[in-house]
Amino acid sequence: MARAVTTQRKLVSTAGAWLAGFLIFFPILWMVLTSFKTELDAFAVPPSFLFFHWTTENYATVQERSDYFLHAFNSIVIAGGSTLIAMAIAIPAAWSMAFSPTKRTKDILLWMLSTKMMPPVGVLVPIYLIYRNFGLLDTRVGLIIILCLGNLPIVVWMLFTYFKEIPKDILEAARMDGATISKELVYVLTPMAVPGLASTLLLNLILAWNEAFWTLNLSTLNAAPLTVFIASYSSPEGLFWAKLSAASTLAIAPILVLGWFSQRQLVRGLTFGAVK
Amino acid sequence: MATQQMQLPAGTLKGSKEAGTATRQMQLLARTLMTPAVALLLIWMIVPLALTIYFATLHYNLLDPDSGQFVGFDNFRYFLTDPAFLASLLNTLVLVGSVLAITILVGIPLALLLDQPVLGRSIVRLMVIAPFFVMPTVSALVWKNLLMHPVSGLFAWIATLFGLTPIDWFNDAPMLAIILIVAWQWLPFATLILLTALQSLDEEQKEAAEMDGAPALSTFIYITLPHLARPITVVILIETIFLLTVFAEIFVTTGGGPGLQTTNIAFLIYSQALIQYDVGSASAGGLVAVVIANIVAFFLVRIVGRNLEA
Repeated sequence: MARAVTTQRKLVSTAGAWLAGFLIFFPILWMVLTSFKTELDAFAVPPSFLFFHWTTENYATVQERSDYFLHAFNSIVIAGGSTLIAMAIAIPAAWSMAFSPTKRTKDILLWMLSTKMMPPVGVLVPIYLIYRNFGLLDTRVGLIIILCLGNLPIVVWMLFTYFKEIPKDILEAARMDGATISKELVYVLTPMAVPGLASTLLLNLILAWNEAFWTLNLSTLNAAPLTVFIASYSSPEGLFWAKLSAASTLAIAPILVLGWFSQRQLVRGLTFGAVK
Repeated sequence: MATQQMQLPAGTLKGSKEAGTATRQMQLLARTLMTPAVALLLIWMIVPLALTIYFATLHYNLLDPDSGQFVGFDNFRYFLTDPAFLASLLNTLVLVGSVLAITILVGIPLALLLDQPVLGRSIVRLMVIAPFFVMPTVSALVWKNLLMHPVSGLFAWIATLFGLTPIDWFNDAPMLAIILIVAWQWLPFATLILLTALQSLDEEQKEAAEMDGAPALSTFIYITLPHLARPITVVILIETIFLLTVFAEIFVTTGGGPGLQTTNIAFLIYSQALIQYDVGSASAGGLVAVVIANIVAFFLVRIVGRNLEA
């Protein structure tokens, strides 16, 4: 009797969950399907779901029509560069706050968090003017700097929460066995920190890849990453749905895959450890 | 394991003198290591903010060669009494409030559903999370064209199936359209956090309530919901911080229009700065945005801080 109830309940919840998941995922699925249609099929009423003439020509023309690879390259350089630099600055800071905390550590952490709360639009004007005067508008370096600073608080926070979980006893044991700080770093800390480092890297790569305030405002052409490239499809004369879909699919596919890998760390990274 | 821990204090006591210098060295090292991050964030916070405050007191238009005079609070007066400000403040509140309501009211049942025994739960989880990883410009354009287009969009086709007149979303209900797009992007975030919180809820407590014959509804109201109070607060605060500055979705779909119907504070400041080149007024607006965000941030920082001690 009890088993029958659970099986039935499992079936119902499974059906419900799959339906909800499908509905939420549908816009993405529809975009991917549309990317394989001809422009004519993409506009067709009633729409065809699977039985249309499948074609990959949109993927070829996306590159011809606009310099897709340049923008993809920009995205990789900007997201990768800003994340790596932020990590390089944040690792020592988070390490020292986790392993050698002082009375002020908590205040510093909270202050760092509060810098993330500043709405970017509040400093848009000065940043734009500074960038204009220093020739940083529409440069990859300029975007790397701003995204690095923007994500630095999150990187420090995530690393801090990971480092804090490394048991200090192990360090003290290593120290008593005569390990120097550099040895301690290489043989004890690093292996234990790698998972935390990896998920911090991944999440911030995703955030930087998708950042669409500074990239839209500070770049137009040469340094424009994929977020800006896709925005160029918003003009009515540029409306080709199948090509828009193909370009969009290419733009989100790599990050969707990375995101699926990092989903477990997402909550920790985005709530600053407030939800466990 | 236990003996190892017991030995440690004794060991540290023995070498307390050397430990003293070592600790001091460690602290010095720690402070040095922290400096770059702290210094950079300090500059990042102070310099632009100081400049914003400074510009806000100037008559400063990039198209006007005579600009640069000190005008005191004129920009604030101009910005705050501009009808566009009131309209965009209202739009901001509507957008933030509606998206919060949708993501939480849909997120709670969705998280409860995913917390049930579900076949292939990890795949469902992936599908639910996916929108969060889609860049804002992509989700906005895909929704605007493929789904919400009044003739060829999928929603229009579904409406005609039911014999209804398709909605011309971006002309007749532009704000609702933006709200739906943004809510779709943030639903995964709310769901994921609530699900994480649900999974940490003591299973035994729930089972005990079930065994005692408590109906599912009262289990939910008296056990689950109180447990979710904190994560819900966190979701509200974090989403609010990001939703206050929704920009890309408006930029690529409506451009703030028709009229001012979808102009929020962020978009208003952007258009004053980079379309009308009125630096002074945009800076005053920027400061208003900072103040609004700080009110929310104050509560968030307090919650996080309390958790840091626990």
